[in-house]
Amino acid sequence: MRELTFSTATREALTEEMERDPAVFVMGEGIGERGGNWGTTVGLFERFGPMRLRDTPIVERGFTGLCTGAALVGGRPVVDFMFLDFLLDGMGEIINQTAKLQYMSNGRLTMPIVFRGCIGVGHSAATHHSGNYYPMLAHVPGLRVVVPSSPYDAKGLLKTAIRSNDPVFFLEHKSVLGVKGQVPDDEYLIPFGEAAVVREGRDATVVAIGWMVHQTLKSCDELAKDGVSIEVIDPRTISPLDTDTMLASVKKTGRLLIVDEDYGPCSVGAEIAAQVTAKGFDDLDAPIMRINGAFTPVPYAPPLEAAVVPNPTSIALAIRDLLAE
Amino acid sequence: MLSAPSTSLSTSELLSLYRKMVQIRRTEEQLARAHQSGAIPGACHTYVGEEAIATGVCANLRADDVIFSTHRGHGHALAKGVTPRAMMAELFGRVTGVSAGRGGSMHLFSPEVGLMGTSGVVGPSILLATGAAYTFKLLGTDRVSVAFFGDGAVNNGAFHEGVNMGAIWDLPVLYICENNQYATEVPFASVSKTTDVAERARAYGLPSYVVDGNDVLAVHAAAAEAVRRARAGEGPTFLECKTYRTRSHSEGMRDAGYRTAEEVEEWKNRSPITKLREYLISERLAPEEELARVEAEVEAEVDDARQFATSSPWPDPATVLDHVYSA
Repeated sequence: MRELTFSTATREALTEEMERDPAVFVMGEGIGERGGNWGTTVGLFERFGPMRLRDTPIVERGFTGLCTGAALVGGRPVVDFMFLDFLLDGMGEIINQTAKLQYMSNGRLTMPIVFRGCIGVGHSAATHHSGNYYPMLAHVPGLRVVVPSSPYDAKGLLKTAIRSNDPVFFLEHKSVLGVKGQVPDDEYLIPFGEAAVVREGRDATVVAIGWMVHQTLKSCDELAKDGVSIEVIDPRTISPLDTDTMLASVKKTGRLLIVDEDYGPCSVGAEIAAQVTAKGFDDLDAPIMRINGAFTPVPYAPPLEAAVVPNPTSIALAIRDLLAE
Repeated sequence: MLSAPSTSLSTSELLSLYRKMVQIRRTEEQLARAHQSGAIPGACHTYVGEEAIATGVCANLRADDVIFSTHRGHGHALAKGVTPRAMMAELFGRVTGVSAGRGGSMHLFSPEVGLMGTSGVVGPSILLATGAAYTFKLLGTDRVSVAFFGDGAVNNGAFHEGVNMGAIWDLPVLYICENNQYATEVPFASVSKTTDVAERARAYGLPSYVVDGNDVLAVHAAAAEAVRRARAGEGPTFLECKTYRTRSHSEGMRDAGYRTAEEVEEWKNRSPITKLREYLISERLAPEEELARVEAEVEAEVDDARQFATSSPWPDPATVLDHVYSA
């Protein structure tokens, strides 16, 4: 085991997969010699050259469609959007082509492609560099959506993503990039659709996504001082979504809160609440609660920005409300 | 405009081009009738009048080369090697169709013969073909990728982004613009200040030519050089094939208010099939009886395809969730 940052862990995963399979290549803006805006490809250009670390013009639609075509004939592209917000110019290609071609070809084509990009509110990135978007991606049949929160998960899930024959979105919250954690020396992969219980507890279950896992753990530490015991679940993949782990936890605690930085309407939390209600109604001692980012474009000024996302204080308040139900 | 050179093709190669164009025409005539009778539940955009382009291009390709097609893709599919049976069954929605009934006319897939899809969206074929070419170059193969698209695609971002990337990375791809002069029913002349698409493409730095798209020998010759360049690692080529669609944009649609009957008649008289037929006879390359025999064989093949499609079973609704994901 070593301690690595989230970023280093994903770079290690990418490097190993590029060494393992010559069909893996990366496309994006500034991911060549420069090594990527977030350091995603630092040091790789020298090892793998320009065909496999391909700097592109600023044409998100163009290289999204291009990489979709590349994946149809044996390439395994990793598309680096830098900020996931830029994906939106390529959304037509993703929904109409990338997500659908396996099905439309009756399974005779495969789509081994990874899209990665930074998501999330913070650092005064403002509204064109702060989106999350995973609910709308998870809404589309044919896509897989991964939102890791730790270096260990990031490495194991990125390797699974690159080896998958399905299109996978690998979404990295800006605030988790510098998070440190233990990562094994030996190779490992983490399958999709398996949530992680990141903290065990008995009084309530909190499902938290991405950076919110860390914010929730901070509130749990505070609540523990008052003897409150919270179980925290990180779904790790939004599609497929492991609700069995959540149901098992709710069976134990009887209460569920979903903490998600993204908007509430038609959200992952809404989906989890619907599924847990349908399958675990008799285990619930209180209504399922949600805490989400404010339903607004993301503002710039630090006090405004801080006001739109859940934080350890607001999460702790929500947990106390849930326990009072 | 590139014109047909004195051809170096053998008689059997010429007859093969003739047979393919007739096969496309006869199959689509059957499809049009089937659409009118209600046997085709969805849309059907015919390629009637444009057969020389798919035929002339695909005759230069190997089975492991790939093409990406459009909503008007029956000709491309047949030219690349899909059988009339498998294509017609798909339009009928049957399990024996190329996409087992999941796609219909605009989602024909047959990767076994290099047909990587017809499409319901205008433009993506350019990007997808460029991407396939990227993989071919990355993996060190000499395979070639082809994008077919109409004049309707060339004001779209996919055209400019895709052709530029193909050019800057010297990818083994052919950009085949089938300029039939109308984007659905909007005249190209009303949406472009320039007359020739090839002029736009040339600005991206790749060899770009205007070709008579109703002359299969001209298309074949231009595509032969483009494929040679691509295989040799010399990069992409752009061919603008001027042509005309003589039936309505889509079967059953009102075909009036945007072009004159005289214009349609004039282009019907420039049928690429008639042109090659007359050439073969006048040059004494094939006797009329030989051509009649080819036509009769194709007629029987297409009749059989219609029978096959009609008698094929529907797909099983229990399979509707299959293949959303690879595993």
